[in-house]
Amino acid sequence: MTLQQFRAIQLRRDFLKNIASGIGMAALGDLLASDGVTAANLPDVNPLSPKQPHFEAKAKHVIFMFMEGGPSQYELFDPKPALEKHHGQALPESMTKDLKLAFIKPSAKVMASKFAFHRHGQSGMELSELMPKLGTVADDISLVRSVHTDAFNHHPGQLLLFTGHTQFGRPTMGAWSVYGLGSESQNLPGFVVLTSGRGTSGGSSNFSSGFLPSHYQGTVFRNSGEPILYLSNPDGVSDTLQEETLTSVRRLNEMRFEATGDLEIASRISSYELAYRMQMSAPELLDFSEEPGHVLEGYGVNSDDEGQKQYATNCLLARRMVERGVRFVLMMDASWDDHSGLNENLPKRCQKVDQSNAYLIQDLKQRGLLDETLVIWGGEFGRTPMVELRRPDDADSAGRDHHPNAYSMWMVGGGLRGGQVVGKTDDLCLNVVEDPVHVHDLQATVLHLLGFDHEQLTYRHMGRDFRLTDVSGQVVEKLLA
Amino acid sequence: MEAVAKRTDMHSSFPIAALLAVFATGAGSVAVAAAVEMPPAVNRLVDFAADVQPILHTRCYACHGPSVQMNGLRLDRRDAALKGGHSGSAILPHDSASSTLLLRTASPKEGFRMPPVDPRLTREEVGVLRAWIDQGASWPEDSDDDAPVSSASANEHWSFRPISRPEPPQVRGDEWVRNPIDRFVLAKLESEKIDPSPATGKLTILRRLSLDLIGLPPTWEQAEAFLGDSSPAAYERLVDTLLDSKHYGEKWARHWLDLARYADSDGYEKDLARPYAWRWREWVIEALNRDMPFDEFTRLQLAADLLENSTPDQLAATGFHRNTLRNREGGTIHDQSRFEETLDRVNTVATTWLGLTVECAQCHDHKYDPITQEDFCSFYAYFDNVEDAHIDAPLPGEMGPYLSKRAEYLRKRQELLEEHHVPELQPEWERQMKIAGANPGERTDWDLCYDVLFQMTDNGWEVLSKEPAERTFREREVLTDYFIDWYNTVVSKERIEELGFKQLRTKLKELKSSYPQPSEARIIRERERPGKTFLRVRGQWDRKGVEVVPRPPSFLPSSAAVGPATRLDLAEWILSEDNPLTARVAVNRKWQEFFGRGLVRTSEDFGLQGETPSHPALLDWLASEFRSNGWSMKRMHKSIVMSATYRQSSHARPDIAERDPDNAWLARQDRIRLPAEILRDSALWVSGLLYPKIGGPSVYPPQPAGVVDLTYGWDTDRWADSEGPDRYRRGLYTFFQRTAPYPQLMNFDAPDSNRTASRRRRSNTPLQALNLLNDEVFVESARALAIRVLTESPPDWSGRLDRMFRMTLGRTPRGDESAQLAESFHRQERILAQAPDEAKRLALIDLRGHETTEVAAWVGIGRILMNTDEFITRE
Repeated sequence: MTLQQFRAIQLRRDFLKNIASGIGMAALGDLLASDGVTAANLPDVNPLSPKQPHFEAKAKHVIFMFMEGGPSQYELFDPKPALEKHHGQALPESMTKDLKLAFIKPSAKVMASKFAFHRHGQSGMELSELMPKLGTVADDISLVRSVHTDAFNHHPGQLLLFTGHTQFGRPTMGAWSVYGLGSESQNLPGFVVLTSGRGTSGGSSNFSSGFLPSHYQGTVFRNSGEPILYLSNPDGVSDTLQEETLTSVRRLNEMRFEATGDLEIASRISSYELAYRMQMSAPELLDFSEEPGHVLEGYGVNSDDEGQKQYATNCLLARRMVERGVRFVLMMDASWDDHSGLNENLPKRCQKVDQSNAYLIQDLKQRGLLDETLVIWGGEFGRTPMVELRRPDDADSAGRDHHPNAYSMWMVGGGLRGGQVVGKTDDLCLNVVEDPVHVHDLQATVLHLLGFDHEQLTYRHMGRDFRLTDVSGQVVEKLLA
Repeated sequence: MEAVAKRTDMHSSFPIAALLAVFATGAGSVAVAAAVEMPPAVNRLVDFAADVQPILHTRCYACHGPSVQMNGLRLDRRDAALKGGHSGSAILPHDSASSTLLLRTASPKEGFRMPPVDPRLTREEVGVLRAWIDQGASWPEDSDDDAPVSSASANEHWSFRPISRPEPPQVRGDEWVRNPIDRFVLAKLESEKIDPSPATGKLTILRRLSLDLIGLPPTWEQAEAFLGDSSPAAYERLVDTLLDSKHYGEKWARHWLDLARYADSDGYEKDLARPYAWRWREWVIEALNRDMPFDEFTRLQLAADLLENSTPDQLAATGFHRNTLRNREGGTIHDQSRFEETLDRVNTVATTWLGLTVECAQCHDHKYDPITQEDFCSFYAYFDNVEDAHIDAPLPGEMGPYLSKRAEYLRKRQELLEEHHVPELQPEWERQMKIAGANPGERTDWDLCYDVLFQMTDNGWEVLSKEPAERTFREREVLTDYFIDWYNTVVSKERIEELGFKQLRTKLKELKSSYPQPSEARIIRERERPGKTFLRVRGQWDRKGVEVVPRPPSFLPSSAAVGPATRLDLAEWILSEDNPLTARVAVNRKWQEFFGRGLVRTSEDFGLQGETPSHPALLDWLASEFRSNGWSMKRMHKSIVMSATYRQSSHARPDIAERDPDNAWLARQDRIRLPAEILRDSALWVSGLLYPKIGGPSVYPPQPAGVVDLTYGWDTDRWADSEGPDRYRRGLYTFFQRTAPYPQLMNFDAPDSNRTASRRRRSNTPLQALNLLNDEVFVESARALAIRVLTESPPDWSGRLDRMFRMTLGRTPRGDESAQLAESFHRQERILAQAPDEAKRLALIDLRGHETTEVAAWVGIGRILMNTDEFITRE
């Protein structure tokens, strides 16, 4: 029943008379019941019901693997032999004058990468030796070497990446997606957040609904304690008792709905039902016992390394969520912010994620889900060609500072062309020289793949129509299949 | 885009000389232009409004638009644009290669190219402009961009007109009217031929009033007394009692805290705690409880530092502006941060007092409201010379104990410092720090230590530059503490261990907390050496335009004297009769809290994009009443709740659901989901768990482990659950960590406190259901309630049920409701009887004379009632 129908029924009953005669609203319930409209067939008030996009979507789901802190493109995705030439020297001022640096000074010395690159797949994509498994799916992925952003600090950078603006208050990419498309899952939230490693600089602002209603905000699936906050029954409350509680709550709410005629109560009833379904289905989602051994092995879920185990578990969870209709999965892994100890820490971190990344792609593909799922992997900015040396007497402490002007991300799946490198950077990866992809362009492309014109997906707030891409953004045509 | 621009700088393919030659002769052609490799025209038919105007709008208007016409060129108007500027035509139809517009925008030459600031136009954008000109530069007559609102139409906008003092209208239904408010409301209803709703029942009005005025449901005793008092003055007595309650200040402070974006931490990555943020909250609660007139309330918060002889408590009022976020990430540019913080202050003040969203005018003239960029910057100028400061602002009773122990505390602190060689090491460290500050890039470890001083302290570098003797005690403490925390960046781990600095830090903290300390306040004050304020081109912090002086926005009347204006002048102007917004905005927000929506629904926006008032005359009557009653907030609240309008039933009105779906005409009251804090307070209150202490530092009620792990986590163990009664304080005292707020607050739509919030959303989500069902605090409340009912109420089952129902929902159950609960009670008893362990864990205590299953089943009934929509709704 729609709101209009509901109101029509109410109108038909000519309540004016009742009120005037003092019968009051209590009679509404009886009348509703006599009309066959009891609370048993409440109006559909679910704001997350599936919705149609502007045009046919290529992707129905997004898995955004956010590597917080800014993975180094030099060590991973964008080989720069020219660094060798400048190694240990400062760059001329003319080259560094436009750099925005967080910790180091423009006079810091260039540092060559220690890691080798190899060509992979038919496309011959060059990838670092730190990501060997990713090489096995090189022909599926699109590697973008020309991403750039405006912010050089973490929190503003993350806000820009996820909300299109460096200041607070706007909805995030996941929230926009669910706002536009609704959710296909009856039992799980439409926008889910998974985390591994430490906390992120952005915290909850990376999955906030901003000024959109809070139905659209990301729900965190935690990796310790309860998967969703307050998901488990309180101590001493069995499932049977909880069901009994919920039944009575529903009955009382129905009675109140009949007494007051307030649709908000119908909405409350529907929220409680989804909550109940979440309680019931989350254990099934988290139960990997039906997954074959080779799948668990493939992801690395049973790894001895706690970090890898957590990341692998999140990858498998992401796939299981996509299977169950979750619209947007934001995986956040922290932190890739290698100001120091880069050569020691980065290989460990790659070891932690490489196998799971590659297996997730293969697994989605093998299940026929890759065509309808967009997977994105990357951080809020890249890193500098110059070294950051927090302990001048200890060369092993070397790291790299933040670098927003040019960095890399890879993406794969729904509607993208695989086996290609998009964009080029200059010899030192100081700047993009070909096919720049601003984070706004990335956002426009994500929305495009989900079936939206990024300029048309808007929400009116404070007298203005807002959109994810703020006032810019262009779909990156080269990425599209 | 920026990256492309740089790339072109480095590998330019423009033969510059050739292009300049073309420019000099002014006689190019498309062919010539192609020869100089100007980006090609796009190969399609371009549309002015869709393709061209957006480029002009975003890239040119700032200097060639409605407010500024540099070099006489104006590009937002057809006629003006085609005419050109002081140097002649800018657009030559069919000849892009000779059009100055293209020569300037496509030029590789820094300083000549337009726009003068990055990013440059992209090749695509230049191509669009070329194609447009080459295709004839068609500019449809009616497609001029929205002109800024002329002052004529601004004068006509309802909210910018002076507040009138309308006579309450005559109505037919006099008997319904209880005070003048009702005349305005009824006049509208009568004109629509609608009857108001009947007055709601006594118990409902009691619960409504109590929740609205003090944010707590009534107690059993209050209800009994009110039910038993049949005198006509009973209701008014109740109103007065509630207005006198100390909880009144707590309830209404929270609304003000929303506007002030109050939080207990900095925000952004580091999100450091602000230990004394609450001191400002304390001031607000106290001011509201005293019914401080709104003009004084305003003046103190905006400019207490500029009043003569202001007390520390009054200065604490300026803490309003200290709630702005602070980014302490490495590399944050101080001037930029300061600019952004000041912008936030300006936006917050404008929304809070004037109901205007001015931030658009930061970069350009407001598109809808008559606020020019210069207006904005002049407003900004009031706050541009503000500096942050920390002062002692002791609360009553704190000073005596502090002073009597101060000497001892300082001595012990000094002993500790000496024990760890701080006095010996710090001077040399300071010397090296100064060297590092003066010679960046030479020693990266010292750079880090110096830069972090910049970020992590509010004025550490200024203290560093002072002679030790000139430093205040507080300054010395800050710098020394910093030295101890960060010395490890410049010496080895072993050395730090040898010095025992980690332990020293803990010892100093413990020492400090073991001695009485006066409360501090975070305040603002004027800088000693004020600087000039400049308009910022396109809102960029580092692009200074013309100088501006502080003044009120020009579209609003002002009789302010000409001369150097201060924040105090701003406060006086905000409060002056000249200004029609302040009183309207303030009373509308009060109305919003009593009816679920304001007379102007967009309570944050009274500008041209905001909604118009549903009852303009009523709004003006209330506003003028507010001014003439001496700005008394309590009196304003009283007149609203005394009205018949307020006392109506909140039940739906199907008869007018179609005509007035949002209840703008007020033919009934509204059902309003309780705010997050009040919801918690209600559960704790009805169960008797609430610890009703007023004020004090923020507290840490238990929350699920791992909530703070989601954030960067600068302070590792920052959420240590409060012990004792502090676990059961009202929600407004919950420590608000910006990057990891208390989940229950967020689930129920508390604002994230990053920006000013004028009204809260009321969402309805499954996470709310889980929160109410399973969060320990609500289970504890249900348990305490069960025990309360079992020990306090009549010993029969239905007497208990009535009691529990009344305590939670504020009314007696209907027959079907009792029946439902009775059935459920027995089912629960049966379920629990089969699982005695669970029953024990749910009941938790043995209650003499009651089976465990019985206690547990009552806990179950408590949970059911507290999970109903009605419990979390103000009816």
